[in-house]
Amino acid sequence: MKNAPELVCPAGTPAAMRTAVEAGADAVYCGFQNATNARNFPGLNFTPDEMEASVAGAHAAGTKVLLAVNTYPPAGKFDLWKDAVDLGARLGINAFIVADIGVADYIARTYPDIRLHLSVQAAASSPEAIRYYCREFGVKRVVLPRILTVPEIKQIKTEIPCEIETFIFGNHGLMVEGRCSLTNYVTGLSTNMDGVCSPAAEVQYLRDDDGSTTTKLAEFTIDCFSCTDTAGYPTICKGRYRAPHRDDSYYAFEEPISLNLSALLPDLIAAGVDAFKIEGRQRSRAYVRKVVAAFRTAVDDVMADRPPMLADLLALTEGHKQTEGAFKTKTWR
Amino acid sequence: MTQFAVRDTKAPSGFFANLPAPVLPLFLLQPLLRRVVRRIARENPGMFNRLGPHRSATYLIDPTNMPFRLLLRPDPENLMLRAVSRRSAPAFDAKIAGKFLDLLRLMDADEDGDALFFSRELEVTGNTEAVVCLRNALDDVDGSIAERVAGMFGAPGRASLSALRRAGDRAHEKSKDSL
Amino acid sequence: MDAKLTLGPILFHWSVDVKRDFYARIADEAPVDTVYLGEVICSKRAPFFDPYIEEAAERLTRGGKKVVISSLAEVMLKRERKSAADLAEIETHEVEVNNSAELFHISGKPHRIGQYFNTYNAETMRYLAGRGATHFSLPAELPRDSVAQMVEAGAALGTPVEVQVFGRASLALSARCYHARAHKRHKDNCQFVCEQDPDGMKLTTVSGQEFLAINGIQTLSHTFVSLLAELDDMKSMGVSHYRLVPHSQDMVAVATIFREALDNKIATQEAESRLCALGFPAEFSNGFWHGVAGHLRMTGTSAA
Repeated sequence: MKNAPELVCPAGTPAAMRTAVEAGADAVYCGFQNATNARNFPGLNFTPDEMEASVAGAHAAGTKVLLAVNTYPPAGKFDLWKDAVDLGARLGINAFIVADIGVADYIARTYPDIRLHLSVQAAASSPEAIRYYCREFGVKRVVLPRILTVPEIKQIKTEIPCEIETFIFGNHGLMVEGRCSLTNYVTGLSTNMDGVCSPAAEVQYLRDDDGSTTTKLAEFTIDCFSCTDTAGYPTICKGRYRAPHRDDSYYAFEEPISLNLSALLPDLIAAGVDAFKIEGRQRSRAYVRKVVAAFRTAVDDVMADRPPMLADLLALTEGHKQTEGAFKTKTWR
Repeated sequence: MTQFAVRDTKAPSGFFANLPAPVLPLFLLQPLLRRVVRRIARENPGMFNRLGPHRSATYLIDPTNMPFRLLLRPDPENLMLRAVSRRSAPAFDAKIAGKFLDLLRLMDADEDGDALFFSRELEVTGNTEAVVCLRNALDDVDGSIAERVAGMFGAPGRASLSALRRAGDRAHEKSKDSL
Repeated sequence: MDAKLTLGPILFHWSVDVKRDFYARIADEAPVDTVYLGEVICSKRAPFFDPYIEEAAERLTRGGKKVVISSLAEVMLKRERKSAADLAEIETHEVEVNNSAELFHISGKPHRIGQYFNTYNAETMRYLAGRGATHFSLPAELPRDSVAQMVEAGAALGTPVEVQVFGRASLALSARCYHARAHKRHKDNCQFVCEQDPDGMKLTTVSGQEFLAINGIQTLSHTFVSLLAELDDMKSMGVSHYRLVPHSQDMVAVATIFREALDNKIATQEAESRLCALGFPAEFSNGFWHGVAGHLRMTGTSAA
């Protein structure tokens, strides 16, 4: 009998965290209201006071709290990351999610008893890369990039000394995380250094005379939607562009689409995945409640050898489209 | 004075039908809105932190199938929520437009505003960051704001809200089918 | 301080003949101190030029250049993992590490840290230097003030710091090949369609703005980074190595311009007009250095 994988759920606000806990999360992940985490979006995340109360609340319900400190501090600002770590340690969080080597080293030296999880932002996609972080910093769990097939995950599991966490639902990240400066190229704010991706302050929706909508990020047009299309948030890697040899504008990187691995849960458990991660700290409480509840039931069903009954999560997906992405087939690449 | 019929042709009877008259002058609506916004502000002081600099922003909320629009300034020191006539062109920092039921669903914690947004039933103009902040601030309010507002009107209000929600769900299903 | 000019690895899929000619000419004519060899972007391309790397290295060494071998930026497949392990055994040349899989093997031996490895702060530099890192090439998006602090840290650690001063900036890497996708193929049957675009495939927005350049799994800026006007500032803060990213235009001329500018033999304005005259297919940018949107070109304190 396998151990049940931990269900790791997003918490963008204290209310979202309570919602995730009530809906059956084994662990929640969250961050402070600054550049130290990769979802540094306006109006999102926790003040120190909110974090203290929320950690206490989650712990009272038996839910673990994982603190994302998973951006890359640029020289000159390292203290902000140190402070976030110190505060998290004082509040009793259960693990730090990190990407930067300097931050990982600081935690490993200062708080050797607190678990370290390697963020997807570290882009460790091979056994050797993962083993490097385990060997150097005692990493206990790696969050795998969304670019591996299930057989590849299974193979990796046999070669590494730590737990594996995989994304099962939510935004379908295309670029190797922690290696993307597209937003900085357009806006001057960096995904790695500021925790920002397509900042809302630079987003514009322009309604044209014919009823179509143009989305822009700063001065660049990311997409144009006719009246019948479903719109996407103007993330650069989900936009439509033109290439010299093509007549059409096309999704050069990826369509607005969400990852949904609900049908692969048994395979992922068999591959040895220790934790399932639901993406979406920037999403609403309603999203958190519905998605967490659906996957709670599904995981429990799989563990009890019942066929998982999956609620229709399509309405919550981006562009109302879903994919199993790289997990299902290599042709995705 | 601007007068308008509050009964939306597609809206169910109930809540609005129970308001003083089928035709309500704006000046009678204003104290009601003031009560609503003050109550929400009083009960959720934490939400204003999430708005950051945008608490002093002016939001124009435009229920496109209603005869009025709403102006909101979510500043606890200088709170404002008032209805304005469609003929006026007030200055705003950000505008959120959509069918009344969709706007209700966005505010209602029972529904996922992002999903609504991805389906393009809402239109955002002006300062997008201000809108995102407002959404995140509302989302951190425990329970349903819509329910609380409805609760202020007692049992008829609550009954009207559930009727509205059912109508909203039906409209949503219908629009999905037509895609 | 002696300012060294370096030539980064070729990022694009140039044919073997083009690469051999390119390095022969660099060896003989380009005033660069160090040349980085090796495929960094796509492991499928590596077998083409790998048999000629030794030959190119010898030629460059004869030309007085130091040769460093760069590792792949992305390591996932079996062949990539093997390549990472093999590279760590090389004794004839220094190796530049672009992925933590490479670091796993090479940690403890002397090595360089490449542009594709995320070194954003002095704390990371100190940790890596403690395990054999001797030289740091910084990510393209790091702003001036951070670079200044890292140069200072590098001075204390005895590790030089290298900054890209010319060529398209790498903006993103992916597991998916966007060149293949643009041609409705998959990575596994790409038929090396990326060979058609020696400086990357131009991506324009639907409103016709030139935006990005696709190079297989890599996305680059459309604009060409040029920090000619910033060289004096960089020299005074102690940057010791200045990287040129190879493009299909006359790189000997590019190197000559940067060398003369570094040596204060020509003024910035002259250097810039000579660079312009070489006919690059895009505007120049320096936004990242100035901490603003990377595509911008700042002159003095304002965007041009």
